[in-house]
Amino acid sequence: MELDAARQDTARLDIVVSGLASDAHTWNLVYLQLVLEEMGHRVTNLGACVPDGLLTSTCGQAAPDLVVLSSVNGHGFQDARRVIGPLRARLASTPVVVGGKLGVDGAGGRAAALLAAGFDAVFEDADAITSFRRYVDRLAAGVRS
Amino acid sequence: MTGGSFGDIVARAAAAGELVVQPRMGVAGPAAMRAGLTAVREAGVRAAGTITVDSFTRVGDHLAVRRALAAGAELNGYPIAAHSPETTRSVLDGVHGPEFPVQVRHGSACPQKIVAALLAAGLHATEGGPLSYCLPYSRVPVAESVRAWAESCLLLSDARERGARPHLESFGGCMMGQLCPPSLLVAISVLEGLFFRQHGIDSMSLSYAQQTDPDQDAEAVAALRTLAAEHLSDVDWHVVLYTYMGVFPRTPRGATALLERSAELAVRTGAERLIVKTTAEAHRIPTVAENVAALVTASAAAAHAAPGGPVDDTGVLAEARALVDAVLDLAPDVGIALVRAVERGYLDVPFCLHQDNAGRTRAFVDGDGRLQWSRTGALPLPADRAVPAADFTADELLRSLTHVERAFDR
Repeated sequence: MELDAARQDTARLDIVVSGLASDAHTWNLVYLQLVLEEMGHRVTNLGACVPDGLLTSTCGQAAPDLVVLSSVNGHGFQDARRVIGPLRARLASTPVVVGGKLGVDGAGGRAAALLAAGFDAVFEDADAITSFRRYVDRLAAGVRS
Repeated sequence: MTGGSFGDIVARAAAAGELVVQPRMGVAGPAAMRAGLTAVREAGVRAAGTITVDSFTRVGDHLAVRRALAAGAELNGYPIAAHSPETTRSVLDGVHGPEFPVQVRHGSACPQKIVAALLAAGLHATEGGPLSYCLPYSRVPVAESVRAWAESCLLLSDARERGARPHLESFGGCMMGQLCPPSLLVAISVLEGLFFRQHGIDSMSLSYAQQTDPDQDAEAVAALRTLAAEHLSDVDWHVVLYTYMGVFPRTPRGATALLERSAELAVRTGAERLIVKTTAEAHRIPTVAENVAALVTASAAAAHAAPGGPVDDTGVLAEARALVDAVLDLAPDVGIALVRAVERGYLDVPFCLHQDNAGRTRAFVDGDGRLQWSRTGALPLPADRAVPAADFTADELLRSLTHVERAFDR
């Protein structure tokens, strides 16, 4: 699709935005693409229901500066925890973050397990987009958290 | 057969002036699934039951289902292809019947295994379609989805030889849940109905999802009825309305009011069945009790609503007719016509990221709260059907996406 948002020339990151294997939702992905493009970054949007193999091979070839995974269907915790191992095998030091509604109960509280599994940041609270923007800004400025 | 025909049961309710209300409900375990269906059956309203399939099964990842079941992990639905037919029959035994039909809802672009499993368990009603479960939800090429749905229709229609009357609902009235203008929803529902008929289905429902404006929605359902009467006069069909499928109000008061408006819309437009949303929609997968409460709320709102009333013509019927006619002109085979229509951008769903979708259309909620095209791409519509819109930004998209939520949570 055509997303012709304004772009800047400075501090431009190459970012892969992707849904997880079992999640069909795409509004979160369309929105994240626009947010990141308006911040001046280049986005490759892999869309919904991305199989683990496609995600890891695309990220391995694209060598992005950041991988953003988003899930809202309740299987995100399982999908994310499963795919981070193969992703880390291809992208040892690339920041990989995940956000959305990650469990079926809406309770949150899965961040610690996902960070331990290898994610650099987890965004699942009410201020997720604000803290996500801040995270990306710091990354663009060369700060790894 | 167990339980009579889904379509006939809905028709009998409609003849008695009763709206059939139905939840979305799926839990992994057979006992919990049976308890959920039983609670819906005993809700005291004219209801149909639902078995919603989990999303690992939907995308065909049966290994992930088995791992989740073995590990006791969470599933967001009932894994019908992993449980044996005997297990699913035990879920349904004494629950599913002529007074309480059960439909399987799944979201799969390639549902053959799901259809085989539901038939093996003695069920005959399901839903979806070659575009409506492909473009928004899958990475499957449209041509492959068309083939898979042709096979699935044949599996279903074969059940007629065993005395059943299978029923198939098009999900075409939903497309991305929100921000798809009504004419395209109506056109896809009718076209999928024609596809089902070509592949042997003679009992079907055509869907429409509540959007942003009740008058525009009433006009759309009237258009759906007009086109269905013209194109599907030789099969049994009814209209199923979906309570709003977009970003949902977060407050119980707002969520309940939106549900009540959808029930009123169903009665106003003569829709025979309504699939509800719950007050938990914005937060998580609803509990059985929340689903039952939503059914009771919707049924009560419907009982107080009045049918009919004037419907202004703002051009939804003419747009939907132009889309349907242009697609059918592409090939005598409906499946081939659908594939070509997507290729040419005759059917182009706004904001859909599917690799086959042309992606040249856009839509927004205008200042009056109506859903409008801002770009019509290659749709076979007059150019002036697109209206001027604000610049397309993340904030502007979010404004359109949350219009209904903000209006009802205010």
